This record gives sequence, structure tokens and C-alpha cells, in this order.
Amino acid sequence: MSNDRDFSQSLQSAVKDAAHDVRPLQLMGHGSKSFYGRELAGEPLSLAEHRGIISYEPTELVITARAGTPLQEIEDTLLEKGQMLSFEPPRFDGKGTIGGAIAAGLSGPRRPWGGSPRDQLLGIKLLDGQGQILKFGGQVMKNVAGYDLSRLMAGAMGTLGILLEASIKVLPKPMQEHTLTFSAEQPTAWALLHKMLIEGVPITATYSLDNNHKVRIACSQQRLGEIKTRYGLEPSDKPQSGFWQGLRDQQHDYFKQQSPLWRLSLPPAAKLDIEGRILYEWSGGLRWLATDRPAREIRSLVEKESGHAILFRNGDRRGEMFHPLHPRISVIQKQLKQVFDPQGIFNPGRHYEDY
Amino acid sequence: MHDRLTLAREFQKMLPAECVIYREEELIPYECDGLSAYRKVPLIVLLPYTAEQVEEILRFCHRQQIPVVARGAGTGLSGGALPHEEGVLLSLARLNRILEIDNDNMQARVQPGVRNLAVSEAAKPYGLYYAPDPSSQIACSIGGNVAENAGGVHCLKYGLTLHNVLQVTLITIDGEKITLGAGSLDAPGLDLLTLITGSEGMLGVVVEVLVKLLPIPERQQVVLAAFDDIETAGNAVAQVIAKGILPAGLEMMDNLSIRASEDFVHAGYPTEAAAILLCEVDGVDAEVSEEIMRVREILKQSGATEVRTAMDEQERIRFWAGRKNAFPAVGRLSPDYYCMDGTIPRHHLGKVLKMIDEMSQRYGLRCANVFHAGDGNLHPLILYDANNPGELEQAEAFGGEILELCVAVGGTITGEHGVGLEKINQMCAQFRDEELETFHAVKRVFDPLTLLNPGKAIPTLNRCAEFGAMHVHAGKLRFPELERF
Repeated sequence: MSNDRDFSQSLQSAVKDAAHDVRPLQLMGHGSKSFYGRELAGEPLSLAEHRGIISYEPTELVITARAGTPLQEIEDTLLEKGQMLSFEPPRFDGKGTIGGAIAAGLSGPRRPWGGSPRDQLLGIKLLDGQGQILKFGGQVMKNVAGYDLSRLMAGAMGTLGILLEASIKVLPKPMQEHTLTFSAEQPTAWALLHKMLIEGVPITATYSLDNNHKVRIACSQQRLGEIKTRYGLEPSDKPQSGFWQGLRDQQHDYFKQQSPLWRLSLPPAAKLDIEGRILYEWSGGLRWLATDRPAREIRSLVEKESGHAILFRNGDRRGEMFHPLHPRISVIQKQLKQVFDPQGIFNPGRHYEDY
Repeated sequence: MHDRLTLAREFQKMLPAECVIYREEELIPYECDGLSAYRKVPLIVLLPYTAEQVEEILRFCHRQQIPVVARGAGTGLSGGALPHEEGVLLSLARLNRILEIDNDNMQARVQPGVRNLAVSEAAKPYGLYYAPDPSSQIACSIGGNVAENAGGVHCLKYGLTLHNVLQVTLITIDGEKITLGAGSLDAPGLDLLTLITGSEGMLGVVVEVLVKLLPIPERQQVVLAAFDDIETAGNAVAQVIAKGILPAGLEMMDNLSIRASEDFVHAGYPTEAAAILLCEVDGVDAEVSEEIMRVREILKQSGATEVRTAMDEQERIRFWAGRKNAFPAVGRLSPDYYCMDGTIPRHHLGKVLKMIDEMSQRYGLRCANVFHAGDGNLHPLILYDANNPGELEQAEAFGGEILELCVAVGGTITGEHGVGLEKINQMCAQFRDEELETFHAVKRVFDPLTLLNPGKAIPTLNRCAEFGAMHVHAGKLRFPELERF
């Protein structure tokens, strides 16, 4: 690609200068997730130009790319070989870079069966807060040498360093995927879904809103027929690939509401006694709730069910967006920040207020 | 230095008498883990029953600055649970209860001393199982699996321990209980669960683990393919993956391993083959049949001299028995063997095996190769006799050279066994000083006094300086002919 560029050195000097002056930096890829997390602070440092696929060996199931490489470019390249990023990273507004996808740690509808950015990250080249370039992990799937500091970066919201390069495990894309839709009361739907999961139906995504449900299944036409008969389901009339992509990128009508949008992460079968219309993914493990109810109430209800809640959109971005941490864990987190970014220059306050 | 008897009396105040082991003859069984070449007698062994007792022990050790080495079932192969002569060996063997099988959420809550296989056995009535299956799964414990990020023969498709653990309860060195991860698929804040998994008992002591359970596949079927050349076998693996198949297991054995296994378990392996591949497919019946046909076709086209599908479940189990018993089988060929654990990008397999063969001739020690071919994890087994003076040292040097070769081709010194004490020098080949210093800084966040498993997993910079002086001869690195990654 003619746009491929290695900006490691200029990024390194930018970081060294910022560390020297104790000048906060706001790390920026495409900015497609700039709505996410707490209010942005610091001088923008663009990583989008540091881009390009460095290596891709389909038979090794590994791709290595610079942080600013567009997800689109990576996914198109993989698709040519019948492979995919199995965590289906969202592309809000159709944009997003691989660095941003890892830093935000968000996964799409395939998450429970295809893993997360953290699961599939194999290694990184990291530019830390002192301007050092460090390598952790590698390009192989099994690697237990040293602490797993590469995966620690996934979901860290860019607070620990700049991901100059990332190596990611990729998977074969299922030859065929079909969508079945059905209408049922919630308890009936959950019982059916659970039965399908336990019985090994190769589900790769689920969606429920009100009494409407959709299940994506990776199987042959013939097997689909058997599944339909066994569980009494009807396939959708029209192709549904656009639906799942729309769900992944939050193009679905549900996400157009103006109320604060909560992302609730729960054990899939958790019963949550909360008012409001909930959109379910991940067979119940991920729930979206647009509501004006107080944060404290939502967090405490979710916490009781061993889950956590993130204020995803339309919230007060000076408050806590991510779920509050146990005091000791909060201390550990701050000390780890000290290790990687002693001057506190990377995305200060984006993840947690005091960090 | 603490006095053994005085310390025993202190621990007897907080623990039932049978939990404190301090008589020399009773300490001996704990002097090593699965890597028996390294032995040390601990000052004292503690076998608490509860997490609260673990908290109390750690608080005391922290106050008194006593080193603590945590131990699961002691099956580890890198000396990670090698005791500290002036410290406590903290065995988690008595925290051995399965606390809950949650069918609705497909999860199991277990204590660290529970055996890996016991989780799957308990989940079986629900049609579920726990996916990671290290070869030692009959004996190894979940706590140890978390400490080592254990793999197994099915991790290409189902992942490592890391991918199958949702939450751990950890006791910090100062005795505080914290929970990392969640009952859901993600947790708030930095992903500390990922940091703990594979941290070799250096950051805290795990007292409870929440694992994911998966539905037991309706059917598993395996194909055995023979090759008259090991590189052809390696290319066949690449072809299977290139065709979009993600086998549940994909294993390779070389001729020496094939013959050793065949003599030991009579698996029906072709003993003339230079290499065999075992390729397992799982899922629903009809689709497994279809995929097996495709795998057979690919393997034949890739130059297999023979392709056999297991006739029935007995034969399938027999095919696997040969592979799962490869280590003890090779062990019968020689008084001692030394098991290595490097990972390489698979396309370097031919070159790496050729170089290992050259080393084998140079060191005058035989080497059998067993390979998790799907994920590039190589287990060379070096045969030696510890009774011949100097032979252990030769085996170690040979092993060290193999690991450095793995790093040189872009791989790693350990895929699943951990660094422990065994591979600590090779860490210097894989990481630079800045990276090692970062590891030490992370360690200090959790354990500023370096009381947890001291001296393991991460070498000091001084140690690397000495090691480097030994290994860089006349300013030349090993394997100068290889491009560095």
C-alpha cells in the first residue's frame, strides 16, 4: 500500500518531548471512538499515519500491522484468504484503526465464540511513556515467556503506551453463516437459546429486543434444515449480513436514542431486575440499556449479578464512565500506570478520573 | 534466616497441626516439581485448608519477610515450584473443592487444588467440559494451570488457560483478597486477569478460579497421516489451515517418538514413517464426516504416504494414547530425558528440526521431537544419563541452544511450560534489558519485597550480563546465519 509508513521515530521523539515537558497527549487513530470514555484531554497525537500491514502469513493464522492501519484494510486483506478478525471489532461511522480496536478492547456480536482483542492479541511493539520501544509477546500462539504485558494493553484505552505494532491471531471465516429469526416471550427465548448452545449448535451471534430474536449460525444448508426442524425456527427471508454489521457498528435504531446508553456486561443467564427496554447480544452476556435512571442504581444492580456497567454514550463525561474499581485494584492500576507512563502523559483521565 | 522449629511453632498457632510439615524426612517429597533435575528442601511446607488460612500465612510471611513458593500438583516442567531453602512451600493441594457447576451460565467455580480433569468429569452430567487439556491433566491442578497459562493438544481451536478462565480470586503478598476478572466476558479497568495468568506464582496466590465450560462435541474423529519426510509433514499442516479448516487437535511426532510410543502403548503407528500427523476434527456427526473427508484429501495431496481414519472410538483413543504418552515412552529409551518447550512460526519447522538434528550429533545426545503442529509449539526431548558425569550439563546446554534457536527464528523459549528456573538464562536471549526491567517493575507493584517465588521467571540484569558474556563469543551471536526477528 502506498500509504504505508513507519513513523516510529517521529512518534518516539514526540513522546520524549512530551515526557520531558510533562505535556499530556491525546492518542488518536481515526477518532471513531472519541465519544467513548471520559472527556479527552491533552494535545492530540495522530497515530493514523503510522500504518501498514507488516506481515501476513495465512497458514500461520497471524497478521502483524502498525497501529494506524485501518480495520477495513486489514479485514479486506484477510477476506481474500478466507480469514477474519474473529472479535469483529466495531467500526463506528465506518472507521477505526487496529490500534484503536485493541486499545478500546471492544468486540462485536461474535465475541463469546470468536474471542476479544485481548484473546487474539499475540504480541506488540510498545512505545512507553519514557519513549522506549519495548517488545512483548510475539507472532506465535503459545508464548508464556515473561508476564503477558501485550494483552494488558487491550482495553487500557491507550493509557499505558502507544501500540506501534500488533500481531493478532486470525481465524478462518466460516464458509457459510445463516440467520434464523423467531418471536417469543423472553424466558422462552432464553430457554431455547440455552438448549441450542448446550446441544452444540454452532451459534456465532445472537440478538434480542423485546420479543424479537435472531441467531446467527455457521453451518451447511443441510444442517440448517435440521436445526430449523429440531428447534422449530424459520430462516430470515433476506440475507442478514448487513444486520449483524449494523449491530456491530451501532447503526441499529436502538442506538439512535438520546438517553444515556449503558453497556452492561453480565453472566449470560443473570436476571436483572431493571426498568427499561434492553437490547441483548452475546446470548445475554452483553446488554444495552438506554435510560435516564441514576448511575448508582444501575451499577449496584449489575454488580449484584457479578457484572459491571459502562456509560457508553450520551453521559456526563466528567463523571466516571467505567465501573468503579475495588480500592486495592485501583491502587495496583495506578502503580502499573507509573511503570509504563511515569509522567502520566498518555490519555490522562480518559479511563478513570485519577488515572 | 529463620529457624525451622521456631517457625513451625508459629504456623502451628494459626493452622491445624497436620497442615505444618517441618520434619526433614517429610519435607523431601516436596524438594522438586516435574523437573526433578533441580532439587531443594524447603524450610517448611504448609498445606492450608482454606483461603482465609492462606491470607493469614501470607500476612505472616510478609511481616517476617519469609519467601513463599506456591505449589499446585507439582507437575510443572520448568522448576517453577522448586522450593526456596529459606522459605515456605505453600501447597494449595487441600483447597480441592469444586464449589459450583453453573449450567445456566456454563461456568464452574473451583478451588486451585482441583485437578484439571476433575472439572470436566464434574461437568459431564450437564453435557459440558473444560477445554484446556495439558498432557498432565489427570494430575495437574487448575491453580497450576493458571500460574503457567497451561495449553494442551486442543488449544489451536479452544485456546489456552487464559481464554478459558473468567475470574480468579487472588491473595496478595500482604494478605489482601482481591477478585480479578468477572462472571461476565469482560471486567472493568486494566485486564489484570491476563497479567496473573501465566505469572508463575510471582504476583500473588490464587485461591479460587471461575472457568468457562463448553458443550461436549457430539463427535470427535481423528486422521493419522504418515510422511516420509518431516518437512512435507510441516507443509501439510499449513495446507490444512490454508483450506480454512481449524482442527480441534493437530499433532506431529518424529520417527524416534513414533517408535518409542509404538513400543510403549501399541497405538498402531507406522514405525517406518519419518513423521506422523494426527488431525482431529470435532462437531456434529454429519459435519465431522464431511470435514474428515476434506482433511484426508488435503493430506494425500500434500504428500502423505498413508492416511488412516480411526475405525472406531477405541482406535481414536489409541491414536491419541500414543501421542499423550510420548514423554514417558521416550523416557523408556534412556535413563533420563529433558523436555524442551519452544514455539516457532511453523514455516521454520524444517529448518529448525534440521538444526536440532545437527546439534544432536554435535552433543552426542539423541533427541526425539513431539510437536503441537497447529500452534507451532515444539517439544524436543533430549535423552541423557545423569549418572554419566557432565551429561546433564550437556543436555542443558543442548536445550538452551534449541531455545535460543527458537528465539532467533521469531519464536519463544516457552510455549506452555513456563520459564521457572529452568529457562531463566534464555530469557536474556528473548528480552532486552529495558523489557526485563519493565517486568521487574511490574513485579514490584505486586510484591515489592520480592517474597513470592524469588529468583524465578525473570532474570536479573546482572544475571543476563554474565550469561551474555558466556554466550557471545568473540562478539558473535549464535546462529549468525539467521535473520534476526
